[in-house]
Amino acid sequence: MSDYNFAYLDEDTKRMIRRAILKGLAIPGYQVPFASREMPMPYGWGTGGVQVTASVLTPDDTLKVIDQGADDTTNAVSIRRFFERTADVETTEHASKARVIQTRHRIPEEPLSEDQILVYQVPIPEPLRFLEPSEVETRRMHALEDYGLMHVKLYEDIAKHGNIATAYAYPVKVEGRYVMDPSPIPKFDNPKMNMGAIQLFGAGREQRIYALPPYTQVVSLDFEDHPFDPSKAEHPCALCGAQDSYLDEIITDDDGGRMFVCSDSDYCAGRRAAGFVGPAAPDGALTTWRGTPSKGRDSMGDAT
Amino acid sequence: MTDPTPILNVRGLTKNYGRQIGCVDVDFALFPGEVIGIVGESGSGKSTLLNCMAGHLTPTSGEVLFDTRTDGPRDVLTMSEPERRMLGRTDWAFVHQNPRDGLRMAVSAGGNVGERLMAVGARHYGDIRGAATDWLGRVEIDSHRIDDRPATFSGGMQQRLQIARNLVTGPRLAFMDEPTGGLDVSVQARLLDLLRALVRDMGLSAVIVTHDLAVVRLLADRLMVMKSGHVVETGLTDQVLDDPQHAYTQLLVSSVLQV
Repeated sequence: MSDYNFAYLDEDTKRMIRRAILKGLAIPGYQVPFASREMPMPYGWGTGGVQVTASVLTPDDTLKVIDQGADDTTNAVSIRRFFERTADVETTEHASKARVIQTRHRIPEEPLSEDQILVYQVPIPEPLRFLEPSEVETRRMHALEDYGLMHVKLYEDIAKHGNIATAYAYPVKVEGRYVMDPSPIPKFDNPKMNMGAIQLFGAGREQRIYALPPYTQVVSLDFEDHPFDPSKAEHPCALCGAQDSYLDEIITDDDGGRMFVCSDSDYCAGRRAAGFVGPAAPDGALTTWRGTPSKGRDSMGDAT
Repeated sequence: MTDPTPILNVRGLTKNYGRQIGCVDVDFALFPGEVIGIVGESGSGKSTLLNCMAGHLTPTSGEVLFDTRTDGPRDVLTMSEPERRMLGRTDWAFVHQNPRDGLRMAVSAGGNVGERLMAVGARHYGDIRGAATDWLGRVEIDSHRIDDRPATFSGGMQQRLQIARNLVTGPRLAFMDEPTGGLDVSVQARLLDLLRALVRDMGLSAVIVTHDLAVVRLLADRLMVMKSGHVVETGLTDQVLDDPQHAYTQLLVSSVLQV
């Protein structure tokens, strides 16, 4: 065991964060301010998610950490190691075996169940932020349910691109009341948010926590004549052949060669272990391939 | 024939900025389809009065009764904030002197016009775009500019766009704060012409604040002259301008430059 208090944060801090989480669960989609602590990692690396995970973790929990769907990228590895050291909890890469899953920018492909908690890392919790810079005004807009502006953004998308071009952080309305930023998950994942697991969102730099209780109604905003479309790349996974999973495009050479593979590394590995083979999986050559290669910072904004 | 209910009835409206006077004890009634002009020099309390009526400022005392569609006359000052906001984007229009205050400069012209529609629940892109195109036409903006940002428009076009954005929900009452301020005279003339046509076609009631007597001569049925926060003279526009009674009004009328 380490010299840290269980899961790094002191008990008073965890209690404060749990109170914010409970309030968030009581008012789904409402951003609860909390006194975010400085964590031993930079903002943008999941400080909000880490604090939420630390507060809900118990010694017999099993933890899984993913970053863009993959278990083996820098962000995921470092946070997993952080909790291995400070909480001494078991960790896993299998979504079904985990009790707490901390995620950056994806929801696992495998459906989550009622005894699981999904913790999101959130860079900017305010869905109206880029439309209305004033925090005072956006809070008033939430209070008064004054959400016309959100549709102005979607209108602008269609006017400019012919369709709703927002592909990630696609705004949703929760239980017919609060408009919420689902963190920068691809819009493909939006329909999955109607799930049995508890979903908690932590934004460390912005000091906000919000939450969705199990089976909360989450509706993606759209127009009647431009309905919400949870699109993905029109390919099967090159390694496991899955037609229904969200895909990453991998550049394989500098001649325009590319392949599409599952962004959820656990899902892809599970399918390949079960004998599914994709069109580009050479015999044995890629059997140790697991998800995406470690990547640089992406344009989706940094998770906090 | 009975008198119609006034669409706006202001009683004893007073606004103090600490010991400074904004406007004092203003009373007037505005009837449906009527346009009232408020003139006076800078600092006379015109804009204070307008902002108090539109709910942007909280007056020190007084009542502003608006004849709502559903509940009849109600004091807008005691309404809840959501109700007032709802009025602000359905039955009311507010045209700022500087179009940049009333427009979203980073949003296309079509989005600007459509915002009010979306705020009251329009969720059909084609319909919203159709209404926006229609309104751009009505304020004489070429429909192929619908996806351009207002920043690329001239001052006169921005002001016309602001008017379209405000009138798209078919309001019954418009507050206008110096709608022609800052525009050159030929553009002013076109805008006035347009405003007069819109007011007549839509049966709009309006309160127009200006220091330009030519504007009220063209648009307003009645006139209120303000000086140092007090209303010093009221009456039919032509009557006040042709036969001013109060010393200040006489000064104001005689100060107009003749070409």
